Amino acid sequence: MRYAMAIDTRKCVGCGDCVVACQVENNVPIGYCRDWVVESMAGTYPKLEIEIRSERCNHCDNAPCVRCCPTGASHIVEGGIVLVTHQKCIGCGACIQSCPYDARYSHPDGYVDKCTFCNHRIAEGKDPACVSVCPTKCMYFGDLDDPNSPVSKALQDRRYKTLAPEAGTHPQIYYLL
Amino acid sequence: MKEELFVSGRDIPNIDPYLNIWHWQIPGYLYLGGLAAGILFFAALYTILNKEKEMQATVKWASFIPPIALVVGLFFLFLDLKHKPFFWQLYTTIRLESPMSWGAWVLMAITPLSFIWAGSYLREAWPKWDWKFKFLYDFEAWVQRNRYWFAWPILFLSVILGIYTGILLSAFNARPLWNTSILGPLFLTSGMSTGVAAILLLTKDKTERHRLTVIDLILIGIEVFLIIHLIMGFRASTAVQIEASRLFLGGQFTVVFWTFVFTLGLIFPAILEVLELRGYHLPAYIPAILVLFGGLVFRFIMVEAGQITRYLY
Amino acid sequence: MKTRREFIKISALGLGGVAALSSISPLTRGASAIEKLLGLNRNKPRIVKRVPSYCEVCFWKCALWADVDDSGRVVNLTGNADDPHCNGRLCPRGTGGIGMLYDEDRLKKPLIRVNGENGQTFREASWEEALDLVANKLKEIADKYGPESIALFNHGSPGHHLGHLLKALGSDNIAAPSYAQCRGPREVGFEFTFGTGVGSPEPTDIRDTRCLVLIGSHIGENMHNGQVQEMSDAIDRGATIITVDPRFSTAASKSKYWLPIKPATDIALLLAWINVLITEELYDKDFVEKYTTGFDKLKSYIRPFTPEWAYGITTLEPDLIRKTAREMGSAAPAVIVHPGRHVTWYGDDTQRARAVAILNALLGNWGRRGGFYFKEAKPLPEYPTPEYPKPSWSWKDVTNDKYPAARLSVSNALIDASIHSEDKPARIKAWLVAGTNLPLTIPQKDTLEKAFQDIEFLMVLDTMPMEITGYADVVLPECTYLERDDDIRNEPHRELNIAVRLAAMEPMYDTKPGWWVARELGLRLGLEKYFPWKEYREVIEWQLSQIGTSVDEMQRLGVKKFEGRKTPLYAETPEDYQFKTPSGKIELYSEQLESMGFDAIPRFTQHPEPPEGYYRLIYGRAPMHTFSRTANNPYLVDLMKENSVWVNPRVAALWGLKNGQYVWLKNQDGVVSHFPTKVRITERIRWDSVYIVHGFGHHDKKLSRAYGRGANDTELITRVSVDPLMGGTGMRGNFVTFVTENPGKEVVS
Repeated sequence: MRYAMAIDTRKCVGCGDCVVACQVENNVPIGYCRDWVVESMAGTYPKLEIEIRSERCNHCDNAPCVRCCPTGASHIVEGGIVLVTHQKCIGCGACIQSCPYDARYSHPDGYVDKCTFCNHRIAEGKDPACVSVCPTKCMYFGDLDDPNSPVSKALQDRRYKTLAPEAGTHPQIYYLL
Repeated sequence: MKEELFVSGRDIPNIDPYLNIWHWQIPGYLYLGGLAAGILFFAALYTILNKEKEMQATVKWASFIPPIALVVGLFFLFLDLKHKPFFWQLYTTIRLESPMSWGAWVLMAITPLSFIWAGSYLREAWPKWDWKFKFLYDFEAWVQRNRYWFAWPILFLSVILGIYTGILLSAFNARPLWNTSILGPLFLTSGMSTGVAAILLLTKDKTERHRLTVIDLILIGIEVFLIIHLIMGFRASTAVQIEASRLFLGGQFTVVFWTFVFTLGLIFPAILEVLELRGYHLPAYIPAILVLFGGLVFRFIMVEAGQITRYLY
Repeated sequence: MKTRREFIKISALGLGGVAALSSISPLTRGASAIEKLLGLNRNKPRIVKRVPSYCEVCFWKCALWADVDDSGRVVNLTGNADDPHCNGRLCPRGTGGIGMLYDEDRLKKPLIRVNGENGQTFREASWEEALDLVANKLKEIADKYGPESIALFNHGSPGHHLGHLLKALGSDNIAAPSYAQCRGPREVGFEFTFGTGVGSPEPTDIRDTRCLVLIGSHIGENMHNGQVQEMSDAIDRGATIITVDPRFSTAASKSKYWLPIKPATDIALLLAWINVLITEELYDKDFVEKYTTGFDKLKSYIRPFTPEWAYGITTLEPDLIRKTAREMGSAAPAVIVHPGRHVTWYGDDTQRARAVAILNALLGNWGRRGGFYFKEAKPLPEYPTPEYPKPSWSWKDVTNDKYPAARLSVSNALIDASIHSEDKPARIKAWLVAGTNLPLTIPQKDTLEKAFQDIEFLMVLDTMPMEITGYADVVLPECTYLERDDDIRNEPHRELNIAVRLAAMEPMYDTKPGWWVARELGLRLGLEKYFPWKEYREVIEWQLSQIGTSVDEMQRLGVKKFEGRKTPLYAETPEDYQFKTPSGKIELYSEQLESMGFDAIPRFTQHPEPPEGYYRLIYGRAPMHTFSRTANNPYLVDLMKENSVWVNPRVAALWGLKNGQYVWLKNQDGVVSHFPTKVRITERIRWDSVYIVHGFGHHDKKLSRAYGRGANDTELITRVSVDPLMGGTGMRGNFVTFVTENPGKEVVS
């Protein structure tokens, strides 16, 4: 099993709903976020292009944060989800340094926090909060090993990219182009 | 024109707009670790070479610095931790892939050794010192007899500690400025150089000073070579590392790096040391203090600048 | 001169006992030290029930479920999957709705204006006292000037309750700025053409369209949920999107064609499109023949308005105009030229809406899949109350002499009628304001200010200390939509459906629902026969029973769909279909307008251009905010805390502006924005215009997160082109320049 997410940059309007949904669902303190939206524009008026991406932890196959964690607080569970055990985290910041995506942050309570793919929701058979709330339905979540999962289907007939693949992390958030 | 921005207002403390999660504690910790490693290395080395008599400052007097440096360094590390009540989790597991983990274990091993080492010379420095308990006197005597066998693990661990101070940073491939294997040897060399400089401040013996000055010159030479190598490596590497090297080549750290680290911390003390070897009489503490200061600045710059560098996508 | 009504910053009050309450907010929910050590992170609250409601952060009214935890607090809001407005997905504002509920800056107690030693101030009062005061004042004014002298300005649900009160009292002077400051012109333009307006939600069949044309309509930034969802579906289905906007909007970035039009020239483009459709015979001939009148007149009228003619005006390549017209033609009838929503731009907006309507008619998309569907609402009987007394005069008497085509009350006409002058004494003497922050809504601050001084009484019912509350004599704190029962939603849509709003939790602080306030005032005014209920739940229960359901069932469903549409969703094109126009057909040429002395077919007129060194002020929306309503919502502030002024790089270079630098904006009449705004240098805006998001620049300090953040576009709109047909306030004819040095204004760091 390999959970992954595909995000359609052609549909995303950058409304930030995924961010609020995550904050509310996961009780992320105001001022912090586990996911965020980047708008990337290029060109000269009136020849312009915009790519909008909802970003979060890439739940990398080769996760540097897990490797560099001195206590094993950062770990990988079934389905390739990268998690942090708060009671094991000493807050040294090594994983934050190791992440090419700046996807982790130091929670005001001290431990390091990040996207969990809403594994508590997955356990109930639901999509992550960001996916289920998105008004543009631009996010697809599921098991890559299952060819019928929404994410597999989304990746089957579209061009896609991952972020900073040259960092060697094998990220598992795919951006449909 | 290119425009890239967070449209969800992301502004996380210490992460945005650029990473700044490690402040003064980590460079302080790395500096003190390197300094201790340098001193312990030469203390052990000259003990093994059986030159304790000629190298009194190296083997004896300077060895009181490492225990203090290591304890203070560990305290700095502790200060850096954001989830302090869980500090002990560090010693529940050994994770070889994590420099932070094996570094913590190396420190766990070398810190008591450094205390024992310094303790065995304590009554030479302060003859009035009283161990109070007989078993401590017995232990002292036992250590003094077996210094040679203590020197070997100290020598070994001090090299690992010195390298560790660099590897801790170079293990993060997300930070292009750190992500080079040269950082290990470079920090080791720099640590040894600061160690030697610290001993130079304490020695009164001419021969010892001469020998240490020669060693320091060699170390500075290696360091200069490694720094040039580091930058050449960046220039010949990928976009992110080319970008990273720009911080030192015209970017925001150019002046402070080339002035304080390279010129005042390496070249200038080297010149002074050469002059001294040629027989000019100069205050010996000047090059030593410059090297110590340069090493400190170097670590602050590397930690600060490294956090700014990142993958661009 | 001493003003009668000083603006009072509610912060000037020593409101005690405020801080303690913030601890009950889930926004601050966190684990205790012990819990942390034991690893008992109480991240997940225990949900014990879910209560159906519908959102009021904007007015799209998405049905939702409020999850309530074991301590009786709402902790999560999710869309109702059966709701055609949201299909189970709320937008960021809806999801962040609990930020409105737990905003610690909310109005918490009734406030009464008093004359203190240091000028006027508010003091806290009991509901009893505040309501008595309001009732006495209204009675006094009604006795003296007639009940018609009391007007209501409203937006959203509380307006209905106060409206009922006002009508019972004998006044019909009820206005919502959503008409004359927003979508009125398109309603009127479509009424003149098709005989029916557009309404909300718009019956645009976007999900099935093959071509969507947006003119100054930025769906995606304008986060009307169902519409955004359908646009996304259309993108998935490969529909062609054509966007006309001087700004590279989000929608433009999703479009196959972006027409970077010179502002204020839209009618020229529309005429050129009509020209191409007709000359290249791309229009739906069958449809035009069967259902329209005046085609021949249109055809001869349109001849000179070629794409080449339009090029000189709009700066759009003729080729691009032709290509896009052909795209529309080939997609017809599954094509939508969107009527837009906020359309009060240049004063000829009704005519522009007419041009849009004509274009749609030519494409034959009315009542067609992928075009405009026929919407229908579930008929819902009103709770029986006695007939309202007939007012001796109404808003029509102060509106239709000036704006003959206004079908709804025009806010600015009521404001004008509140201003006293020697030759024209004010006819309106008291205002009730609910759910609308007039100072950040109504342009021409001076006029509004004059009205504030001339009226004798102003009551505000709101949840937040907005600018309008500062002018009130009495402020009544309403509880939020999550804390009250409210009217049943039965908006027209594809399917007949209703949604309920039931209180998910007890009102926080000393706040009350709008229906309760209206009823209490009614009782005090001797209108008890109009309020024969004790709890609003009785009204809801009665209404639901009339359509075969109940509160019990709705508690389970939230949204109920009904069979039995009386009209088809799409026209089955009976030959004798009657449009509700005088001719019974779609009027391409409007004799009605002609007889009223207006253009029967829209005409392009030149609008003023920015003087040198000035740039046209274009304002719009961001997806995470609703006007000025949400500017203090902690979740939404986290997404966007201030607006920025978009400046083209060439303009920035000319002015030496740096990205992120704060500047003040000064308009053509010398008005400088109260607060500075951040410069955003971007290619996404033309060099003759600047753009800011509307709703920022609050100056009430009590809004701890919104105060002083960004520039307020409304205060810079001092020049208004009023639509002579329906009174809409055209607000896009204002020009601003940059002030880089602090012009002696307060700056909030």
